[in-house]
Amino acid sequence: MINIFEVLETNNMVEKENLDVRTITMGINLLSCVDKDLETCRKKIYNTIYEATKDLVATGEYISREFGIPIVNKRISVTPISLVGGACCKTVEDFASIAKTLDEVAKKVGVNFIGGYSALVSKGMTKADELLIRSIPLALSTTERVCSSVNLGSTKTGINMDAVKLMGEIILETAQYTKENDSLGCAKLVVFCNAPDDNPFMAGAFHGVTEADKIINVGVSGPGVVKTALEKVRGENFEVLCETIKKTAFKVTRVGQLVAQEASKMLGVPFGIVDLSLAPTPAIGDSVADILCEIGLEYAGAPGTTAALALLNDQVKKGGVMASSYVGGLSGAFIPVSEDQGMIDAVEAGALTLEKLEAMTCVCSVGLDMIAIPGDTKATTISGIIADEMAIGMVNQKTTAVRIIPVIGKTVGDTVEFGGLLGHAPVMPVNPYSCEAFVNRGGRIPAPIHSFKN
Amino acid sequence: MKKTIITVVGKDTVGIIAKVCTYLADKKINIEDISQTIVQGYFNMMMVVDTANSTNSFMDMADDLEELGKSIGVVIKCQKEEIFDQMHRI
Repeated sequence: MINIFEVLETNNMVEKENLDVRTITMGINLLSCVDKDLETCRKKIYNTIYEATKDLVATGEYISREFGIPIVNKRISVTPISLVGGACCKTVEDFASIAKTLDEVAKKVGVNFIGGYSALVSKGMTKADELLIRSIPLALSTTERVCSSVNLGSTKTGINMDAVKLMGEIILETAQYTKENDSLGCAKLVVFCNAPDDNPFMAGAFHGVTEADKIINVGVSGPGVVKTALEKVRGENFEVLCETIKKTAFKVTRVGQLVAQEASKMLGVPFGIVDLSLAPTPAIGDSVADILCEIGLEYAGAPGTTAALALLNDQVKKGGVMASSYVGGLSGAFIPVSEDQGMIDAVEAGALTLEKLEAMTCVCSVGLDMIAIPGDTKATTISGIIADEMAIGMVNQKTTAVRIIPVIGKTVGDTVEFGGLLGHAPVMPVNPYSCEAFVNRGGRIPAPIHSFKN
Repeated sequence: MKKTIITVVGKDTVGIIAKVCTYLADKKINIEDISQTIVQGYFNMMMVVDTANSTNSFMDMADDLEELGKSIGVVIKCQKEEIFDQMHRI
């Protein structure tokens, strides 16, 4: 039988170390909503989502109460809208009107984000894909809860550089459209290489076409739990360090597994995956950078950071894989800057640069995340940053992403306030040299060779 | 029927256990195990209870006990046993 110390350990994780279930995300297939008529299509989308998710928030709250574990967000991901709206959308306004429908239904059922305003263009863009991408600035500036993502490359297809070039422009345009709110629109827009179909986390969640009609994916998080566990093994060798992270990751993932199974049972929707991610929040004690410091760095970004992050990410996955048979592809450590007080401190101290962050993304679970850059950064430079990140994902057969915010009217030294879970960020300097001729070449970067690995 | 874990955390005062037990007896909830310890000067108690014959729903019990806790200056939480089982047992 469970003893009092085990009970206290679990409750301490929740009460003092910010252990939480970050999100229950319900994925919904919208392919059945395809229609030639825009109004009909919008109506079908609204009804399909509403029917599937009307009990999602209440169920999340019930489970939270039952187990005494906070479930911070309830969210929805849908089939990439470029596929759903392709038949009826002839203008960017048409596509943006679907975004409005998504926003309305998200508000109606009470979820805080809905993801899937997306296009998958890793090899080429259809007309609908391009139209959707061009509608992103309008869609994100006229909605509150809609998140957008675009997959620009993959290990199997290479990188679609035409789309990379376009996305540089679109990110800048989205920043312009939302400049009154510190270019907040860009915080809801992410580009991927090797985007997973079952990601529960925003802004990149969408319901992949390889998925069933409905699915429950759960994301758990607990950087504070790992940090506290590591405080007890200060000065010990790497074996002890790794063992401690692994055991902690196991415990945290088990909570996610339990919540996912319970939610799946109550909602009558199959369980997809648990994603154990060390996803920080601006709250004190909920920081991935603090774990890196606890491992032995003065600041995140100091020499040794990439190695420390690599071992952290790997041990988190190893513990998670033992805890659940269906662990999501993104499990590991997220390193968003604005959402992590330790990262912000590191940037402000001059310890952490964009280039070091790029190196860290080779071994972390996603990529360049929530980084504020000067508003006068050129579109081609943003495309260059994206291309670099996509290349890392493509060659290393991993998911990489870029969520970067060119803050209109602000420059290096300024601070940006996004509010809530999105946090605040110092504007970081970008390498000033041009990559215009490179980005303007057009076409695709071919897929890398998969053999001759020696 | 799965079991429920009730935890009581707070400053030690006279009659905490008595009050919680009276409530549980009243609702026909059977106590299977009680243990307590002092951690960093705080009183910590854990009960394993079986709610199979309870006259109350889980949520009502959780709400009632939370209120009871407030009235005696301690924090009382009810949680389904699975969360601890999942985390601490393979």
